[in-house]
Amino acid sequence: MAKKNVAKDVPAAARPVFEYAPAPESPAAAGELATSYGHFIGGEFVDSSGSEALKTVNPATEQVLAEFAQGTEEDVDRAVAAARAAFADWSALPGSERAKYLFRIARIVQERSRELAVLESIDNGKPIKETRDVDLPLVAAHFFYYAGWADKLDFAGFGPNPKPLGVAGQVIPWNFPLLMLAWKIAPALATGNTVVLKPAETTPLTALRFAEICRQAGLPKGVVNIVTGDGRTGAALTAHPDVSKVAFTGSTAVGRAIAKQLAGSRKKLSLELGGKAANIVFDDAPIDQAVEGIVNGIFFNQGHVCCAGSRLLVQESVQDELLDALKRRMATLRVGDPLDKNTDVGAINSAAQLARITELAAAGEAEGAERWAPACELPAAGYWFRPTLFTGVSQAHRIAREEIFGPVLSVLTFRTPAEAVEKANNTQYGLSAGIWTEKGSRILWTADRLRAGVVWANTFNKFDPTSPFGGYKESGYGREGGRHGLEAYLDV
Amino acid sequence: MSDVVTRLDVFKTYKLFVGGKFPRSESGRVYEVTDAKGQWLANAPLGTRKDTRDAVLAARAAVKGWSGTTAYNRGQVLYRVAEMLQGRREQFTAEVAAAEGLGAKKAAALVDQAIDRWVWYAGWTDKVSQIAGAANPVAGPFFNLSVPEPTGVVGIVAPQAGHGHSFLGLVSVLAPVIATGNTAVVAVAADAPLPALSLGEVLATSDVPGGVVNLVSGRTADLAPTLASHQDVNALDLAGAIAGEGPGAAASLEALAADTLKRVLRPAVDPSAQDWTLAPGTDRLLSFLETKTVWHPMGQ
Repeated sequence: MAKKNVAKDVPAAARPVFEYAPAPESPAAAGELATSYGHFIGGEFVDSSGSEALKTVNPATEQVLAEFAQGTEEDVDRAVAAARAAFADWSALPGSERAKYLFRIARIVQERSRELAVLESIDNGKPIKETRDVDLPLVAAHFFYYAGWADKLDFAGFGPNPKPLGVAGQVIPWNFPLLMLAWKIAPALATGNTVVLKPAETTPLTALRFAEICRQAGLPKGVVNIVTGDGRTGAALTAHPDVSKVAFTGSTAVGRAIAKQLAGSRKKLSLELGGKAANIVFDDAPIDQAVEGIVNGIFFNQGHVCCAGSRLLVQESVQDELLDALKRRMATLRVGDPLDKNTDVGAINSAAQLARITELAAAGEAEGAERWAPACELPAAGYWFRPTLFTGVSQAHRIAREEIFGPVLSVLTFRTPAEAVEKANNTQYGLSAGIWTEKGSRILWTADRLRAGVVWANTFNKFDPTSPFGGYKESGYGREGGRHGLEAYLDV
Repeated sequence: MSDVVTRLDVFKTYKLFVGGKFPRSESGRVYEVTDAKGQWLANAPLGTRKDTRDAVLAARAAVKGWSGTTAYNRGQVLYRVAEMLQGRREQFTAEVAAAEGLGAKKAAALVDQAIDRWVWYAGWTDKVSQIAGAANPVAGPFFNLSVPEPTGVVGIVAPQAGHGHSFLGLVSVLAPVIATGNTAVVAVAADAPLPALSLGEVLATSDVPGGVVNLVSGRTADLAPTLASHQDVNALDLAGAIAGEGPGAAASLEALAADTLKRVLRPAVDPSAQDWTLAPGTDRLLSFLETKTVWHPMGQ
């Protein structure tokens, strides 16, 4: 204990600082990029019926990576028709055969994981450390897990011989492009549906590369179709009359619009939307461990995480100690080149997102919260935002209520467990929450009262294909992952 | 070409598979294995009680590591077995055809099903606890969770009869045992041991840790009672126990197993009528599990 205090009292400047030599991953490992991409429909790469093209940029450099098609209503129609045509045979295949296709995909993803990790990092801006160690292993694991369900649906608890729905229209976000693709496609295919998937307009590249993997796996034509474009393409897909199932991950505003659009139809809908998770630290929490969890909770993936622990609720008696430790830790975060293996925080995904984060952070200051960020140099080109902390935040502040979707943490305090629960639940969202305490009974007591779909105790941002994920309240409905994730794609 | 003398085949020396290695029997003896028509195929090691006990030691040593791997990891290892088998399909087809007196086409179909059966169980490793576990709504402020855990070392008397017994039957009893984290000692089919002994070569190159599967050929009447009475074997699959009475018969093995309260999976009423091509279900998968229930209070 005495030793620890000595170390703490040493001024930051006097402590030895490790200099990290650059350890860049080679961009060439991403494989060759085409200058322009069309859609992947019926097993072929095809041109769009329209002439509008969008550009995807590397957010760390602002360099254009490739052009891709803005999918038209006609493109969407073609893709849905291809998926519908493939549905009869695909759904009639024995589950064990569908399983083997998915196992193949899982294995090819594993084989090509370095290429995909680098490509994802370039297109999205997230650190290679994360794409390599989190995104890609989870993508492969997700396909592996749902492959196993394809011939075991009778045992999944939905009655004998549960049936698929038909064509699934799936719209995914830019924060975990390939992982969200896996979350959508793996259960859909395992249960016998065919899919048309629209990746986000800032991150289409790994989805298009995934189309190549479908071809290597010998997946029957039309079972997976990828149509690129912005929200207009997404709206055309979710509105298509021959789509039987809509799955959307993204903002609560768009999710609400889709739910309205689908009202009165027979389409099944699952939504994974925004969040404003409380990360609750009790006075008996292991402080160092909690600090790591808080940092992981909000700065992982630049805070572009719907389940990010963006509201830190700390018990008043340990506030000072915790915030000191947290600031010390934040000062050591390395922000910069996503392809450097030492980088902790990469680039903000787009100029638009950077503008939104900047605006909300400014609102935080304007409303009276105290802003703090470590001194750190940011690259000249690209979109960057310093890991930022707000103290003195009230429950009414915009930064305590709205999803910032960036590396910005709002700190609130509480005195009793009941107050912590009250504040944690005081939000329109209910996706996730964190609890930090050494006391097991308190973890379970608190978890029991939190209105959130995922509760992490003494850890944060853990994902596994066997574990259901999804929200309460306006964070959406339906679950992805686990046995529960099958339900969204079955006619049950 | 014309002056080349017809090339002489290289025969394989069939060996046991114990602890990840390929020992000969400690007895130094072998026995003749013939095809369905009585033609000599190969000599198989005549495994003994001592070989069986050695195998149990190896299986016990492997329990900690194997049961401690993640279910995801075990699934990938089982899938790897399928990948490796696919590449040796022709070899197993020939061995199964000879062992069961089948045509190449029927034998190949059985091998294909055996490969798919590994895939089926590969998919079960991380789902068993989702169908066999439960969050129990006890009437009080408690968190109460039941999860299945592997029993430990399972002795298997491999199928000796029924359509597909020599290989598909073997895989059908072995894969579910190890899928859930148990380790196995298998007394392989006495009259048709060759596909089983070759399977050891596949397992050895499939990331299956040494000792997780141990394959012993020999007289069932020697091997099975050793498994049934062994103090360090936790469960027994009697699929291939011989009919009637005597030291290898199901009833006497079950009685031996009772001394140490082994979990026993009884053979089919008529093993020779058993069709190993039928869909397996979850019976065998759920037979070698213990249920552990954890209570924890909830409170401020």
